[in-house]
Amino acid sequence: MSTFILLLLTGLGLAGLYYLVASGLSLVFGLADVLNFAHGLFLSVGAYATWWAATSLPGAGSEGFGFVLAVAFGVVAGAVIASIVELVLIRPLYRRTIAQVLVTVGLSLAGVALLQAIWGADPRPFPRPAWASKVTMIGGAAVPNSSLLLAASAAVVLAGLLAFLRFTRVGLVIRAGVEDRAMVTALGIDVRKAFTLVFAIGGAAAALAGILAGVQFSVVSPGQGTSLLIFGFIVVVIGGMGSVTGTAWAAAAVGLLQQFVNYYAPGLGDICVVALLAVVLLVRPQGLAGVAGGAHA
Amino acid sequence: MSAAAPLLSVRDLRVRIAGSQILQGVSFDAPATGVTVLLGRNGVGKSTTLKAILGLTPAGSQVTGEVLFDGAPLLREPTHQLVRRGLGYVPEDRGIFAGLTVAENLKLAERVPDPDYDTAYGLFPELKQRSRQRAGTLSGGQQQMLALARVLLNPNRLLLVDEPTKGLAPRLVTEVADVVARIAETVPIVLVEQNLGLVRRVGRDAVVLAAGTVAYRGPIGPLLDDEQLTRALLGVGSHGRGRAVRDTGDARAAVDARTAAPVTGDGGGGVRPEAANGQGTAQS
Amino acid sequence: MSTEPVARDLTGAPERPDPAVSPGAAAPPVGDQPDVAAKSVVEQPTGAGRSGEAAPAGAPPGAGGAPGWSVVRRFLPVGVLVLLAALPYTNLHIPVLFDRPLNAPGTLHLIAICLVFGGLALSYDLMFGRTGMLSFGHALYFAAGGYGTAILLAQTTWPLWTVALVAVVGATVLAALLGSIALRTKGIAFAMVTLAFAQIGAIAASRNPGRLTGGEEGLSLDGRRLPEALVGVVNTVNLYWLALAFVALVAFVVHRIDDAPAGRVLAAVRDDDRRVDVLGLSPYRYRLLAFVIAGALASIGGVVYVLLIGGANPGLTASDLTLSLLVMVVLGGPGTRWGPLAGGVVFAYLDHRLTAVGASEAVERLPSVLSGPLSEPLFILGTVFILAVYFFPGGLAGLAHRLGPLQRLLPARVAGGGSGGASGGASGRTPS
Repeated sequence: MSTFILLLLTGLGLAGLYYLVASGLSLVFGLADVLNFAHGLFLSVGAYATWWAATSLPGAGSEGFGFVLAVAFGVVAGAVIASIVELVLIRPLYRRTIAQVLVTVGLSLAGVALLQAIWGADPRPFPRPAWASKVTMIGGAAVPNSSLLLAASAAVVLAGLLAFLRFTRVGLVIRAGVEDRAMVTALGIDVRKAFTLVFAIGGAAAALAGILAGVQFSVVSPGQGTSLLIFGFIVVVIGGMGSVTGTAWAAAAVGLLQQFVNYYAPGLGDICVVALLAVVLLVRPQGLAGVAGGAHA
Repeated sequence: MSAAAPLLSVRDLRVRIAGSQILQGVSFDAPATGVTVLLGRNGVGKSTTLKAILGLTPAGSQVTGEVLFDGAPLLREPTHQLVRRGLGYVPEDRGIFAGLTVAENLKLAERVPDPDYDTAYGLFPELKQRSRQRAGTLSGGQQQMLALARVLLNPNRLLLVDEPTKGLAPRLVTEVADVVARIAETVPIVLVEQNLGLVRRVGRDAVVLAAGTVAYRGPIGPLLDDEQLTRALLGVGSHGRGRAVRDTGDARAAVDARTAAPVTGDGGGGVRPEAANGQGTAQS
Repeated sequence: MSTEPVARDLTGAPERPDPAVSPGAAAPPVGDQPDVAAKSVVEQPTGAGRSGEAAPAGAPPGAGGAPGWSVVRRFLPVGVLVLLAALPYTNLHIPVLFDRPLNAPGTLHLIAICLVFGGLALSYDLMFGRTGMLSFGHALYFAAGGYGTAILLAQTTWPLWTVALVAVVGATVLAALLGSIALRTKGIAFAMVTLAFAQIGAIAASRNPGRLTGGEEGLSLDGRRLPEALVGVVNTVNLYWLALAFVALVAFVVHRIDDAPAGRVLAAVRDDDRRVDVLGLSPYRYRLLAFVIAGALASIGGVVYVLLIGGANPGLTASDLTLSLLVMVVLGGPGTRWGPLAGGVVFAYLDHRLTAVGASEAVERLPSVLSGPLSEPLFILGTVFILAVYFFPGGLAGLAHRLGPLQRLLPARVAGGGSGGASGGASGRTPS
């Protein structure tokens, strides 16, 4: 029983990580039709920014409020970098979907190389508060606090996103834009502003993911964004692009599946996740929550 | 055509989409009052004309020519900006957002601090009752009402309306016709429509498209009264049925010309008798 | 090669149509698609879709150009091949490009690697530029060929040629299997599936199941298992010729497909597969064909590559490698005859060279803000790629258009097609 609880909660922690990575991707793709390969970069930017802040920013550190400050710094850095990327690189290529994808590919290659140049390719220890490396006993299982942190953070972000989409005007614009972007412009609304905002939100969520991944794995390296990104893509496709709740369900499914299977057969979990992707795509190509035929015709 | 300066002026509009030249030089004016009807056979490019004016043609299409709205050019402006100049659009597929509620659909369309819900709900009281309902669960007719209500919220100077009666059951066609006629009393409309009864009822001027250009421009009455001209420009049954059927259509058109009542049950083009298949299945 | 008339009735704006598409459709590439597209299956009177108006790059100019030039063009590839084959016999020293003379083993080795990537990029373009499929998992088949060879050499006593054959056949079967599943989706979803499949390969390679793959450090080839002719520095020249043979093979296969009716179907599938459906052909089958052939060619490249570098390593499976292929193809010019090959060769060369330049004294002396990033080849290449997407969407082939003698013989509009895409699509309207 305790094993089950352990796997369940660590699985949810993993799901939380995937959700944080995938939520931004899903919204950006749903609204702007941009397949953002540079999303992994935002992950790394957030992690390195927090790392830097914890060591160099006055008032920030790896404990208590100082850590919160460092994390906030990292999240803001992610949002800012994402906004700049959208404004400078993506927006000029409006409606040229392939060119946008290519640019994000180039950016991911160049960006990771840049991080590598600045901080080296080797993993560095990541600052984290003492309690993050401890465990909590729940139902006889020793659950790592970092997993709980991840699951809780993802839940908060999910709730925040849903509230934002439901209750704000920009949220309304985004929801409509995911369905039919052209019609939104035909109502006199400049959808491009929503694009930048969505990119910024995605960047912030990704940065948080990178930071919490650093907390969980206790290291940060330039390439960690890329491997997480692939799982992020898988989750987005399974859940349905543009759907916040679909992404959440998919993240839960992927995280739990991976965690449970890997426990009993290491490595097989990853294969199962890919198999799940293949099955979902064959049976329901628009994803669990997506609109049949795609809303982006 | 009226003597005052036209509100909308289209000059030599050419549109090329995915290698096909859809419009090859369309020119017409829409005056500041009344309904200007865009007519033509299926696929000739009526919807494309409206989309080109608004900047909603597919990515990669080429649009040249000139369009003046109230004297100022439109074509180089982004869609959202030119809409804000006072253009309302009701697209062929209605363009309502299925995942949003009726109220949210309307709210999204608000452009001014004091939108005119009185008019909108006045014409469509049913929408007020269903304001918390998801728009995707509305019937076809109700969705059409919502699409029309949207453009009534703002002080639009011109409405571009694309086939509002398409796919609707006869009873609803009459209702929509009533609404369009009411709206036309205060706001000029450029209307794409195949239902000749509606056209005759509300339309003042006709612009007929054929082979990518304008084949006829003039008042509605003389066009529709001339059965041969109407048949030549708007086509006979698109499924190429036999003479007898065509004759029935002529008779019916003659009847309609006399009574000037909106034709019910006709999918498109009064001379074409096929009721159910031309415009898809009737929706309630 | 046939003479395709430039589409006649292009009234309307002079820029090329914007190749952007909605995600559901198969993705046509940025840039020129001259010769392949011009031979689309259904000849529309108004030109063959988006790409019809650009002139064929490899074919003689449509306006009936200089006959002498067209003869030269036909034999140019063969001539270049002979030249390259003869390279090891020359003593030529090209100072900036190479450190040693051309027949030195080090130089030959570098050129061989560039050739392998050239061939690999061309195989990728069979899917991307010619059929409009965006795969993010091509590296998997490259790695399958390479790792297959390494593993079989280590685990069996079969001779190299048997091992290579089995590895290539196995990779081809894998491509058929995975392709048949992945191709049930299109566009972005297809890209994601291929990425996911490739990721499995990457995981398998680094996790070292059953101690087969050698884990993070990879699996080196035992020299005793290889034929003598391929072992040792002195025999680098043989490996070089092997790489050259590989490139020739890929070019031969891909160009044969281009010129055959199948090539036109692929172009039609890329542009609009409803046209293909209407003709009673199955877009799915043609896509699968392109996918499998591309995978097979890649696996052969993998075999040659591990022979060249003496072993397999997890880097072969990385998604970065497929992304680099995409960069190579776009930089070279997707869908063009020689563009992808050139792109691959140049990219591989720069990748290697820039590492050396980055470690050189000149760069070391720069302030660390500059020398850091400059010593990472991918930073430079990624940045160049981004710039290219903006300013040179036709890639190298697009540039060649503007420089070559074709310039005189083509209407100015078409010759400028290489950069047309950068100015924001072709709509007379400003993109909103």
